[in-house]
Amino acid sequence: MGDEQRPDGKGGEISRRAFLAAAATAAVAATAAALAPMQDITDLPTLEEFLRKHYTELTPTDKEAIIARISAQVEKEYGVRPHLTDPQPMTGVEYGYALNIGRCIGCRKCVYACVEENNQSRDPQIQYIRVLEMKKGSIDVETSNTDYEGEVPKKDSFYMPVQCQQCRKAPCVKACPVKATWQDPDGIVVIDYNWCIGCRYCMAACPYGARRFNFEKPMIPKEELNPEMGLISNRPRPKGVVEKCHFCLHRTRNGKYPACVEVCPTGSRKFGNLLDPESEISIILKTKRVFILKEEVGTLPRFYYYFNI
Amino acid sequence: MTQAIKDYIVFVGRCARETIHGDWRYFLWMSALTAISLLGLNAYLKQFVVGLSVTGMTDQVSWGLYIANFTFLVGMAAAAVMLVVPVYIYEDETLHDIVILGELLAVAVIIMCLLFVTVDLGRPDRFWHMIPGIGKFNWPISMLSWDVIVLNVYLILNAHICGYLVYMVYQKRKPAPMWYIPFVFTAIVWAFSIHTVTAFLYVGLGGRPFWNSAIIAPRFLASAFTAGPGFLILTLQIIRRVTKYRIGDKAIMMLRNIVQVSMIINVFLLFCELFTEFYTDSAHVASAKYLYFGLHGHHGLVPWIWTAMALDTVALVLLMLPQSRSLKYLNMACGLAIIGIWIEKGMGLIIPAFVPSPLGEMVEYFPTRNEWLVCAGIWAFGMLLYTVFLKMTIPVLTRELTPTSAPPAV
Repeated sequence: MGDEQRPDGKGGEISRRAFLAAAATAAVAATAAALAPMQDITDLPTLEEFLRKHYTELTPTDKEAIIARISAQVEKEYGVRPHLTDPQPMTGVEYGYALNIGRCIGCRKCVYACVEENNQSRDPQIQYIRVLEMKKGSIDVETSNTDYEGEVPKKDSFYMPVQCQQCRKAPCVKACPVKATWQDPDGIVVIDYNWCIGCRYCMAACPYGARRFNFEKPMIPKEELNPEMGLISNRPRPKGVVEKCHFCLHRTRNGKYPACVEVCPTGSRKFGNLLDPESEISIILKTKRVFILKEEVGTLPRFYYYFNI
Repeated sequence: MTQAIKDYIVFVGRCARETIHGDWRYFLWMSALTAISLLGLNAYLKQFVVGLSVTGMTDQVSWGLYIANFTFLVGMAAAAVMLVVPVYIYEDETLHDIVILGELLAVAVIIMCLLFVTVDLGRPDRFWHMIPGIGKFNWPISMLSWDVIVLNVYLILNAHICGYLVYMVYQKRKPAPMWYIPFVFTAIVWAFSIHTVTAFLYVGLGGRPFWNSAIIAPRFLASAFTAGPGFLILTLQIIRRVTKYRIGDKAIMMLRNIVQVSMIINVFLLFCELFTEFYTDSAHVASAKYLYFGLHGHHGLVPWIWTAMALDTVALVLLMLPQSRSLKYLNMACGLAIIGIWIEKGMGLIIPAFVPSPLGEMVEYFPTRNEWLVCAGIWAFGMLLYTVFLKMTIPVLTRELTPTSAPPAV
């Protein structure tokens, strides 16, 4: 930069040229070394995957092709031909969930049933449901313990499982910069796994810690794969996207209960149609002592907690 | 028109040729930066292949060092406005010759910001989902979509202003006001907007009480106007030592005034925040308690934040004392303030919002070696870019490079 290196055509020029040549060679070698990890990549998106449109813009033909493609991928990878469908919300249905914290014993059967039903990664481990062990006398989650062990229920404790609350005013939907997560007419907040960019802003936004990120390609043992799959619910997820509880929409939109409701040994979990005044959920909301978690954040959950007298 | 474009390309080409000239110190500097950038690239590709599991982030602490650096750098980029305002609004000539150096810094730093966001993405291959028109942009609802817009526009504004004004100097023409004045004034407002929007990104989340404070945007700006001009004080002294470009002590002392006032405001706002958190002592203080004193036996951030507090305090005292009129102490104060603010805005502001988690889980965050390497790589690449920009620009500003000057032999 100073005047001593302003070229005057004399002295030092050849050595500089030699230096530049050597530097160029070194630079190429160093760049090649830097790029080396790319040799190990196995899950680069295909052109079709790369260019895929947003879920809500897919035509029926697009969807058929996508379902065929994912089915083929799953079959290749897990040796099981999945039954992959894309169940749509039913009209006149808005799902609600109620959990009896007076009955829940904290056995975590729901946690594991959910993992198996929804093809969650076993390593790294992903679980949609966290069971909080709370000391009697406080409903403050900050005093809870999620990694309790040993025999349950413990004396002087009660248990409060938390999963996606399917909020009417969902902060995660607001946060997403690319509309990869939205609320379907039946109230379920869903995620398009092929549109999520993995920025994790929704995870920062969620007041319930309900969202999980695929920090690696999910690992599911072949023999444990659930072949009953929904396109925006439990089909195997790619690496680098967010997922969460979707009320088992591939089951519930076909008239079944979510896996966690079915497995609960104490009958603490109730699920149904909020729009039907005769449904069990509607009756619970009318007759029991019901509350919602973190009412002060204004998210209006469709997930209720209640207790008997 | 085509001739004009051709001329401009020739101009850029000739400027670019300047970057392959320099003494051994220059080449050593550039080689070192290139080497670190490549190390960072290597570390990033490992992350790209395996996934973000190579970082220390978890479902509980879902943002880490990348977003921390991003936040700090948005401030650095916004700080260019502190040079623009005196020159263009108050028509004070003291900083006139260095405004362009501040704007070039903004360009390099915004590119670093964009890189930090990109390396944080789980699916960088889907970046195009964020491009308005082609993708599916959640604007105006998502604050992140606002951030994408303001950052990119700020980048374009500054790139245009620098490119145009330097070209006019090169051509020895008087710049036409319509081609830069409206852009300069827009950029002033825009500089505030980038850091305000970045603050809103956090402030707007009701589920994170630690961030849910209206004072964060002003705090961001105050700390930015300390760290940015502080960085320039250090850089300008290097520039005037290694080039023929004249930068007077008067300009540096004016930057000192800016850093001084900003630092006082910064520490004051921090004090306000601490008072509200700790005197109120409500349940919402958990994150702040974790940050400053540790919580339930977890102390991961305590050494960080007290280091920052110590650095900030020493920097503040130095800046207030007349001793910092001497460059030696001023440089020390700037260095300490930059590091202090980097910690305070990064590890001190991003991480604690996630600890404890919304369900009360205590999961701490410790960045991995790979994560540090990626960060170092982006920093080195940013410095490399800024050096290149300066190397291209300064010969024009010193009139060594003109349309008629002899092309330097390689």
